[in-house]
Amino acid sequence: MASLRVNVNGEVREVDASDPATPLLWVLRDELGLVGTKFGCGISQCGACTVLLDGNPVKSCSFPVSGVGDSTVTTIEGLAGSAGELNPVQQAWVDLDVAQCGYCQSGQIMAAEALLRSNPDPDDAAIDAAMAGNLCRCGTYVRIREGVKTAAASMKEGRT
Amino acid sequence: MSTLSYRGINETVAAVTGERQRVVDGPLRIAKLDRRQFMKLTGLVGGGLMLSFTLPRAAAASGPLQPNGYVRIDADGITLLAKNPEIGQGVKTSLPMIVAEELDAAWDDVTVVQSPIDSATYGMQFAGGSMSIPMNWAALRQAGATARAMLVGAAAKQLGVPAEELSTMDSHVVHKGSGRKLAYTALAADAAEMPVPEAASLTLKSTGDFRLLGKRITGVDNEALVRGEALFGIDVSVPGMKYAVYQKCPAIGGKAKSANLAEIKAMPGVHDAFILDGNDNAMDLLPGVAIIADSTWAAIRAKRALTVEWDETDASKDSWSAAVAEAERLRGEAGERVVDEGDVDAAFESAAERVSGYYTYHFVSHAQLEPQNTTASFADGALEIWAPTQTPDWGMDAVARATGIDKSKITLHQMRCGGGFGRRLYNDFMCEAAAITQRAGVPVKLQWTREDDMAYDLYRAGGFHQLEGSVDAEGKVTGWRDHFITFANDGRPVSGGALGQGVFPNGLVENVRFEQTPLDWKNRCAAWRAPGANVFGFVVQSFLHELAAAAGRDHLEVLLEVFGEPRWLVPDNPGTLNTERAANVVKLAAEKAGWGRNMPDGRALGLAFYFSHMGHIAEVADVSVDADKKIKVHKVTVAADVGPIVNLSGAENQMQGSVVDGLSTMMGLSVTFENGRVQQSNFDKYPLLRMAATPKVDVHFVDSDFSPTGLGEPALPPLAPAVCNAIYSATGHRIRTLPISEEGYTV
Repeated sequence: MASLRVNVNGEVREVDASDPATPLLWVLRDELGLVGTKFGCGISQCGACTVLLDGNPVKSCSFPVSGVGDSTVTTIEGLAGSAGELNPVQQAWVDLDVAQCGYCQSGQIMAAEALLRSNPDPDDAAIDAAMAGNLCRCGTYVRIREGVKTAAASMKEGRT
Repeated sequence: MSTLSYRGINETVAAVTGERQRVVDGPLRIAKLDRRQFMKLTGLVGGGLMLSFTLPRAAAASGPLQPNGYVRIDADGITLLAKNPEIGQGVKTSLPMIVAEELDAAWDDVTVVQSPIDSATYGMQFAGGSMSIPMNWAALRQAGATARAMLVGAAAKQLGVPAEELSTMDSHVVHKGSGRKLAYTALAADAAEMPVPEAASLTLKSTGDFRLLGKRITGVDNEALVRGEALFGIDVSVPGMKYAVYQKCPAIGGKAKSANLAEIKAMPGVHDAFILDGNDNAMDLLPGVAIIADSTWAAIRAKRALTVEWDETDASKDSWSAAVAEAERLRGEAGERVVDEGDVDAAFESAAERVSGYYTYHFVSHAQLEPQNTTASFADGALEIWAPTQTPDWGMDAVARATGIDKSKITLHQMRCGGGFGRRLYNDFMCEAAAITQRAGVPVKLQWTREDDMAYDLYRAGGFHQLEGSVDAEGKVTGWRDHFITFANDGRPVSGGALGQGVFPNGLVENVRFEQTPLDWKNRCAAWRAPGANVFGFVVQSFLHELAAAAGRDHLEVLLEVFGEPRWLVPDNPGTLNTERAANVVKLAAEKAGWGRNMPDGRALGLAFYFSHMGHIAEVADVSVDADKKIKVHKVTVAADVGPIVNLSGAENQMQGSVVDGLSTMMGLSVTFENGRVQQSNFDKYPLLRMAATPKVDVHFVDSDFSPTGLGEPALPPLAPAVCNAIYSATGHRIRTLPISEEGYTV
């Protein structure tokens, strides 16, 4: 069985590569048991499957595992600190009670994390643009927007 | 094989949502809401029969204090059990909060777990009809107070003081006189040996003494959610599990005759493939082809290579374009009269102004974000199921029907649902997984794709309303006629497909006639968030604005005049509209939104009210429209009277979400059918609203003493008419079609 090595959340994992077109999503979920990354549409429309590839958001449902190469993959399970402490985005999501059903929120959090890594102080337009690829069927956008701002503020505090 | 039966779908709608379904050839008149039946359904009468509560369990001789199914206290901590499915409406947090309030447990001390599915202990366990709060309010308070009384009794014994000298707070019993304090956890073993008190002996708190209810509490699963832990049905994994997909005929009612099974079975990673015939029940197991593989991807890949020869003799030929043409032909005719109060014809003859309008709306899909799935394992005659369902108990009934496995041999684990909106009231996916594991002899996780979900929803039906109305010389609304051209599955009007006594403005306008003509339809239709109300709200609250405009009067003034004197529309029946509560929320929303202020050109406020699911809700939308019909909804002001608020954070979240869902749906969502087939297959053709279009949402709750009622649904119906009324006031263009993208609007 052909296999590949991928770096996921700081660990190098060996995964089945007999079909190199296998979407990264299913490798994460079925093979590595990282089920925080969700399946929503399979065509890169809803963003529930968003993970970070070298810090940039990608839709893992439409990204072949063979495309990972030497890049590092970060999933929702890889955000918390080494002692398990929530990162600022996760903490803001809990404090503001952002979720309703919560199914899209892993993807939302990963998209927000990617935004804040590249733009630590986004305005509404920047937030709307960065989050445009992530659907929330429950309509929690009001709180997601607030969550991004709260996380940005706490990251700023943490830096000073 | 016979043709599909749809009976169960209708019965489920009636049982869960309280919608009164009516057989087309049955009696003409819809019975007024029966008060006793209503009370029984909602458990609103204090001390009366509560379906969701059963006799207290005998206290254990030793061990944890567990006087009922909702509370378990031992030396290690306080556990509260959440009985109903969590679908995003927040009940896994809000229901235990009610228990904690009467128990006087500190919320930080509480661990919440999902209860087993056990109707003997919990009564009906389901998520539907915004019923969780009203049906369980009294029982959960009693459950908490029962445990509290036993803890107080144990403390009185230990401290040697009368129980009357003791109070409770933050998970402790306190003796004020001596300053002594005992933790519930330390008292639990003794308390478990106290007699379980009679319900009548319990004193419940008055709302003014609430410490926890009404506060902002973050959801109990939030930390697990943000860590990406396995909570949902789709996250389940069991030893030896294979992955399954199931292909049904693109037109419902079609049966699989043959398929390239040998070719599929030879594909890499594929374990098995076979045809299932179904059980002829449209809400259980439909015919199709199952593929079982070593991974989800291998199964999906094989499904793409599957070719099936379908027998479409009995399959749907549903056509939206044909329905539109048929409705156009019928709308000038009379329909069957279902409500006829006063004398509509006389009102029209003596009118100062008469207005008519033809309102239409498309079918829509639930589109809950987690595609349907179920994990099922059949071994030694017993079936174990893990499923994201809104109706676990009925799901087991459905599985028993579909597989022949006795219900007593079925165990169901309730999983968190990635959205529901009414779709998971039905358990076809559960039946499929059960039938597949039964046949294959291995545990399987059945996974629907988004395309499966769009093609096999139980849709919110479209509809067509020919309206006529009149105002007199004083500008008062005097007459209202609505001929509703609707849809019927198997001869029964679909969910939201019947006008009845409770539909606005019956009981408010003197002369009202509702007529109905159903069109036969094979694609399954069922409850979609705020059934009936989610479309009637748009139609009637837009048309009322048309009448106000024709009379040259202020919309707010006309709406308040229509409500008239303070009263319940059915005397003393809290399941019906209360005109005082209605007027209060309308006035509050108008005041908070600055109704009547000057607005810039191309920008206006629009108002709407709707009563549904026992909630009185008014919304004012602040909308601007540019020359290209691009709209911006700046802000929506919501005022609601749903009685005391349980969890303020969750309640506001539901209001914000309802506004976004309402806007998303009215802007651009539609499902169409041709040759029985759904024309939209995924989110690229079903454009849910994205963040940039989200308005500010300003929420106000009226502080009222009525029994609390649910918030999952009632804030959705007023949104579309509020926005459309604002567009009219801004531009003079009246929108009579949903979604409004049909009329060239974009957001």
